[in-house]
Amino acid sequence: MDTLAMHISNGIIDGPVAAIFAAFALAVLTLCVLRGRRDLDDRLAPMAGLVAAFIFAVQMLNFPIFTAGVSGHLLGGALAALLVGPWVGALCVAVVLVVQALVFGDGGVAMLGLNITNMAILGTAAAYLLIALLLRVLPRTPAGLGVTAFVSALVSVVVASQGFVLQYWLGGTVDLGGNLAGLAGTMAGVHLLIGIGEGLITATTVVTVAKVRPDLVYALRARKPVVPAPAVPATGGVR
Amino acid sequence: MSKRPWPFVLGGLLVALLLAGVVSNYASSHPDGLDSSLLKGCTVNAEDEITGGSCPAQRAKDHELADSPLADYGVRGVGNGFLSTGLSGVIGVLLTFALGGGLFWLARRRGTATAGTPTAPAGGTATGPADGSSEPAGDRDARAAGAR
Repeated sequence: MDTLAMHISNGIIDGPVAAIFAAFALAVLTLCVLRGRRDLDDRLAPMAGLVAAFIFAVQMLNFPIFTAGVSGHLLGGALAALLVGPWVGALCVAVVLVVQALVFGDGGVAMLGLNITNMAILGTAAAYLLIALLLRVLPRTPAGLGVTAFVSALVSVVVASQGFVLQYWLGGTVDLGGNLAGLAGTMAGVHLLIGIGEGLITATTVVTVAKVRPDLVYALRARKPVVPAPAVPATGGVR
Repeated sequence: MSKRPWPFVLGGLLVALLLAGVVSNYASSHPDGLDSSLLKGCTVNAEDEITGGSCPAQRAKDHELADSPLADYGVRGVGNGFLSTGLSGVIGVLLTFALGGGLFWLARRRGTATAGTPTAPAGGTATGPADGSSEPAGDRDARAAGAR
């Protein structure tokens, strides 16, 4: 075990495509800062720091999957979206990726935009869309929250893996001889298995936090009304 | 009105330190899903170095900071593998918490007034004496965000 690389290394995707995704990632993260500031208060800010630190820790814990000789690790987008919301959540994962690239030599610095796009942006966005949908239809019980976490985490990992396939199609350094579908299938299959691990870790963590401190789970906060409500006292069970 | 988050955050940080500092040594050392997919088509030796064939990873280059003292989740100069991995994990957790938590703390909304009411003058003057005028704070935040 000489190198422990978990993210896209240098030389996998060509420079121009990496630069385009760096610009894209910077633009989206700027939007996340602007929108995330609405969520970031004295309570969410330390929680977001913890979520970033926790994701860093769990990303080190590569777990075996059913395919021999292959491991997986948490990406963290779904976990972050559930605990601190999509905007701040994407920033949490981005902070982890920046630290890993700049300090731990994991994921090329030139590839940072690609890695942030896949794991921080695509993964978190896919997870949050599913979270918003599932929490609306599933019962508000620990089981409902657990299923939401599991499914959103699993799907987010597969979506992130296909983000890489798109990037490889645009700027992969080795000609696959037209066999991009093969790479897409391999990536999807492996990451479906990794997604099961991601789902179990995410569900366990979020259900545990919800038991100890439900007020610190962003996804469990009373949702704002879809239609701007007139200034009458709320009748629903809003805490 | 609402409970403070700090006891929970400190507890969570301890869990993260334990995971990165100790449990990390029991992690699988096989290549992850991305790595293994990129190696498909190539033959590799015991160190996962490419020895032949054709695969997406065959033009991979070294990391810009491969000589970083913490490269590959180890601390250079620490011979004991268990200690080296664990120590790098502990440093990583503390560094991520400091960087992430610090940036989020700087970027947070000041005060706990109702959302989206920066016009309330009371909030501005209340925090004013504590950390100077609010304008430099905004500049600092913008620069911190831009630096990334």
